[in-house]
Amino acid sequence: MTYTTAIFYFFAAILVFAGLRVITARNPVHAALFLVLAFFTAAGLWMLLEAEFLAITLVLVYVGAVMVLFLFVVMMLDINLDKLREGFWDYLPLAGFVSVLLVIEMALILGSRHFGLEVMGTPAPHAADYSNTKELGRLLYTDYVYAFELAAVILLVAIVAAIALTLRRRKDSKYIDPAEQVRVKRNDRLRIVKMQAVKKPVAGEGDA
Amino acid sequence: MSIDWVAVQAVVWTLIKIMALVVPLMLGVAYLTYAERKIIGWMQVRIGPNRVGFQGLLQPIADAVKLLMKEIIIPSGANKGLFILGPILVIAPALAAWAVIPFTDTLVLADINAGLLYVMAITSMGVYGVIVAGWASNSKYAFLGAMRSAAQIVSYEIAMGFALVGVLMASQSLNLTDIVQGQVGGLHQWYIWPLFPLFIVYLIAGVAETNRAPFDVAEGESEIVAGFHVEYSGMAFAVFFLAEYANMILVAALTTLMFLGGWLSPVTFLPDGIVWWLAKTCFVLFLFLWFRATFPRYRYDQIMRLGWKVFIPITIVWIVVVGAMMQTPYGYLFH
Repeated sequence: MTYTTAIFYFFAAILVFAGLRVITARNPVHAALFLVLAFFTAAGLWMLLEAEFLAITLVLVYVGAVMVLFLFVVMMLDINLDKLREGFWDYLPLAGFVSVLLVIEMALILGSRHFGLEVMGTPAPHAADYSNTKELGRLLYTDYVYAFELAAVILLVAIVAAIALTLRRRKDSKYIDPAEQVRVKRNDRLRIVKMQAVKKPVAGEGDA
Repeated sequence: MSIDWVAVQAVVWTLIKIMALVVPLMLGVAYLTYAERKIIGWMQVRIGPNRVGFQGLLQPIADAVKLLMKEIIIPSGANKGLFILGPILVIAPALAAWAVIPFTDTLVLADINAGLLYVMAITSMGVYGVIVAGWASNSKYAFLGAMRSAAQIVSYEIAMGFALVGVLMASQSLNLTDIVQGQVGGLHQWYIWPLFPLFIVYLIAGVAETNRAPFDVAEGESEIVAGFHVEYSGMAFAVFFLAEYANMILVAALTTLMFLGGWLSPVTFLPDGIVWWLAKTCFVLFLFLWFRATFPRYRYDQIMRLGWKVFIPITIVWIVVVGAMMQTPYGYLFH
């Protein structure tokens, strides 16, 4: 067993374990953290495939941003697991059907003779100074530029839609406009009243 | 089965190099705390620590010994496993990111192609330690601190990432050594000049990322006691402290490498060397301390506004400016 193979099995074992714990952990926060572990280990596996740009982006985007927000939400929710698991047996047949279908589809692709090791041999390893990032960038911005831009536009539409759906102007919120705060002048806030410091004694009161 | 002695040798050699990096870093952290107390002391017309050793120079050692001897209390309501995992998740990325930081053109632990991306990916992991620590403590203050910290770090990471995009456009490389080599030729070649708005954004976002004053609402001692690490004591607390300072030095080092020419000398008649790297990093660290002594803490909504509505638009506009200028005859000014 070579060093790379040993590393692969080590990472794969962690990945499978973490994946299983995501769906079996009773505590939703634990489940989310196991999902983080799964992403990180998957990034390690991609690194073994010499896809260092994709591996680092996986950590940067999914672990560094998406899962943080995910964890954020999961922590704030009061999730009752027993209530969530109530319908388990009702949904089992449907879920079983879907997963069997998934396994069949995968077997069709991976098991066919078009994908065996003899058809797709190990790709030649690249030299140490080969830049994965540069190659990927070149492909994305030349051969696949339309597909890439289309995907970007679709994402933008999704962002705008999500904001438009959730944005609501509340009348009762005490909204602060910093520009207005900066522009404010003394006379807008403060009124100086000229008055005497001491009241004149009223006649007749001083005798007491 | 024969043992692959070459591989064993490589592993041992790498471990020795890691130690040679981490030990000076930890010493740097210890004496950064001393420098902070002395400098802020002077700024506030106080003396600062002066009891342990000559001029208080042994104060950080005494503090470290004190923290090591103290008991680590685990609250009875805490989630024990995650409570212990929290500090580890904070310190591990803070140290791992140092693997790709070059000190001179040859002195670097791992000279990888995508060094800049690696640093960004690894430092973005640090927020997990804060969130996990805050949640596992099972305390309201700790939880509030964790929430604030998570929102703040996620917001400022975007501006920070965009600032780095400007740097990699100018240097046309993700390798930190190449980025520094792109600034060769004296003071006027440093990226701080063509990328000045990005430099400012990066520096301020760096202060926010490390939860330092004036962006330290995650700790906010007047509101939520000590934020996410309120339940930690002894060495577990010290680990958070170490990570914060290690991250500070990391941000200072990255600022030096990307905008201030790293180990390059500011004038061509003096030789380049690690001395310049140290001097520039120390200067940026001094700025961190100066900020802390000068500015009052930002309000939470002001932090969010600054991150999303000021910094992100500035960086996007400047990236477009840099990109457009590179297509003109004046493009050489931006390389």
